[in-house]
Amino acid sequence: MKNSFLMRNPSILIFLGLLALFTLAVTLMSEATGAGLISTSFVKTLGKTLCLCLIAIAMDLVWGYTGILSLGHFAFFGLGGYMIGMWLMYERTRQIVETSLANAEIPPTAQEVVDAIGSQIFGVVGSSDFPAVWAFADSLTMQLVLVVAVPGVLALVFGWLAFRSRVTGVYLSILTQAMTLALALYLFQNDSGLRGNNGLSGLQNLPGADAIPQSVVSIWFFWASALALGLSYILAAFIVSGKFGSVIRGIRDDEARVRFLGYSVEGYKLFIFVITAMISGIAGALYYPQAGIINPAEIAPIASIYLAVWVAIGGRGRLYGAVIGAAVVSLVSTWFTGGQVPDLPLGGYTLKWVDWWQVLLGLSFVLVTLFAPKGIGGLIDLLDGIRSPNRHGAALGPDSGSLQEREARE
Amino acid sequence: MSTLLEVSGVSVSFDGFRAINNLSFQIGPAEMRAIIGPNGAGKTTFMDIVTGKTRPDEGRVIWGEKSISLLKMSEARIAREGVGRKFQRPTVFEDQSVHDNLLMALKNDRAPWSVLFFKPKFKDLARVEELASEIGLSSELSRKSGELSHGQKQWLEIGMLLAQEPRLLLVDEPAAGMTLSEREHTTDILVEAAKTRAVVVVEHDMEFVRRLNCKVTVLHEGSVLAEGSLDHVTQNQDVIDVYLGR
Repeated sequence: MKNSFLMRNPSILIFLGLLALFTLAVTLMSEATGAGLISTSFVKTLGKTLCLCLIAIAMDLVWGYTGILSLGHFAFFGLGGYMIGMWLMYERTRQIVETSLANAEIPPTAQEVVDAIGSQIFGVVGSSDFPAVWAFADSLTMQLVLVVAVPGVLALVFGWLAFRSRVTGVYLSILTQAMTLALALYLFQNDSGLRGNNGLSGLQNLPGADAIPQSVVSIWFFWASALALGLSYILAAFIVSGKFGSVIRGIRDDEARVRFLGYSVEGYKLFIFVITAMISGIAGALYYPQAGIINPAEIAPIASIYLAVWVAIGGRGRLYGAVIGAAVVSLVSTWFTGGQVPDLPLGGYTLKWVDWWQVLLGLSFVLVTLFAPKGIGGLIDLLDGIRSPNRHGAALGPDSGSLQEREARE
Repeated sequence: MSTLLEVSGVSVSFDGFRAINNLSFQIGPAEMRAIIGPNGAGKTTFMDIVTGKTRPDEGRVIWGEKSISLLKMSEARIAREGVGRKFQRPTVFEDQSVHDNLLMALKNDRAPWSVLFFKPKFKDLARVEELASEIGLSSELSRKSGELSHGQKQWLEIGMLLAQEPRLLLVDEPAAGMTLSEREHTTDILVEAAKTRAVVVVEHDMEFVRRLNCKVTVLHEGSVLAEGSLDHVTQNQDVIDVYLGR
């Protein structure tokens, strides 16, 4: 079967193999299931990194393959996190409230319980009533559906309006930035119904699992993140490998030509935008229980720009590039901002990496864009002996998102 | 003879400049037509209107047996109705192989969902092979189309156009940048295609038009100046004044 899906995409098996090895290694070294060589908090960091790799795959689909430079995918990530956070917070508060009310002389009515949960959750923003958006917060199933449905519907409405009006290039990027900014500002309000700038907290505690130590919970979430990453990698590879992949890469390089072939460009863009928003939602829903807290600052416009930087540094237009970029940059970022890197005394001035890390990141972004447009993923081309075609500087298509000469493979 | 495409009374202006002025044009379901005219005569704008890229200010564009209007349709929809277009500069998907380019153009369901689960059947692959040999790119199927020469890209685009199985082919300067023997081959393909479908060729090169041996429409300042056989129009005094006499 020379033409089978896996044969045409050898990177899938390699990627899944490495992911499995990595998962196994972390499992064997964790405190809960192994030798305890790595701390629970580091397991959480690694699990969160896998979620960031997941959203990077989404970004690569939408930017690297379809040429839509969306700077708003962290809005979908955050929404996914909020949706799962609502259930976690509601359910855990309900259990605490019920335990404390159980000792009362008169058994509480159902309404009293709900009111008590409300004042527990919303006391911090001076309210005790449940806003309408919490209507399904008591149902895990519903909130899990909303993890994909809310980002999906937002992407559908936004994408339909933007793509139908043929907004492309930098204008679309600005529009997506405006979308995340508007969402973040809305959520910052106390009466948004999601606790304003306090956000949702205590998400690391699984309801009904108080007896289970965090070291075990962290490894569960680590496994779930690895599974989601693996499955999404297969899904993304499936999307980009066949004729659908041909069409979206055509849209990236020359969308007018695709239109004259009879493909409805808007429909394809919308499809990719919505499915990547859903993947981002899932990534967020796995990320925030590991982070423990979500607040509107998480979906600030800068987060989505970082996402584009990760994909660029990893190498866009190749799925493993996005994963490598997200993993390397976010782990190095954790290392630098965590204060573990010794300060650099420079005579009169001491270079504090916590402050200077962003400068370093910006510099490396500029250097990669200028000198290694294929990113870290390009190293694999180097090993394979694949070079860029010599096109005398011409891009591979007329559109602004099209593949550039030095990004292409011969 | 019935008409496949009927353009009547179409006008369009850009910032006050009338690119097309009360243009009327008809073509039958199996007919070859050459359009000639000096630069700025509105040849490309005419194609833009038929393919839906430009909306005219007034006039009608009627298509097919059911006489439906193309004016309300999107470009993609018009292409699916059976209007294929070849651009002046060769536009192929340079990052993709010749095979993928042809497969993408092949007439099949264009909806995202069915494209996602599309698996090329034997007849699709056979058709790609057949087209590739027709355009002389059989040995280049797995190469990226960006590596092809200018002439080969022109061929590939003609192949993609044929793969779409359009009922009307709009071809903008197909012979530009081709050698003499390549031009002859292009003529053969176009003449062959015109036996079963309508073909409109925009061309500057008179020798090429003569070889097509078809009815000629001369455009000037956005409207039809003359129409008829090549010999007929080249003897028309107006045509000589604005175009040939220079």
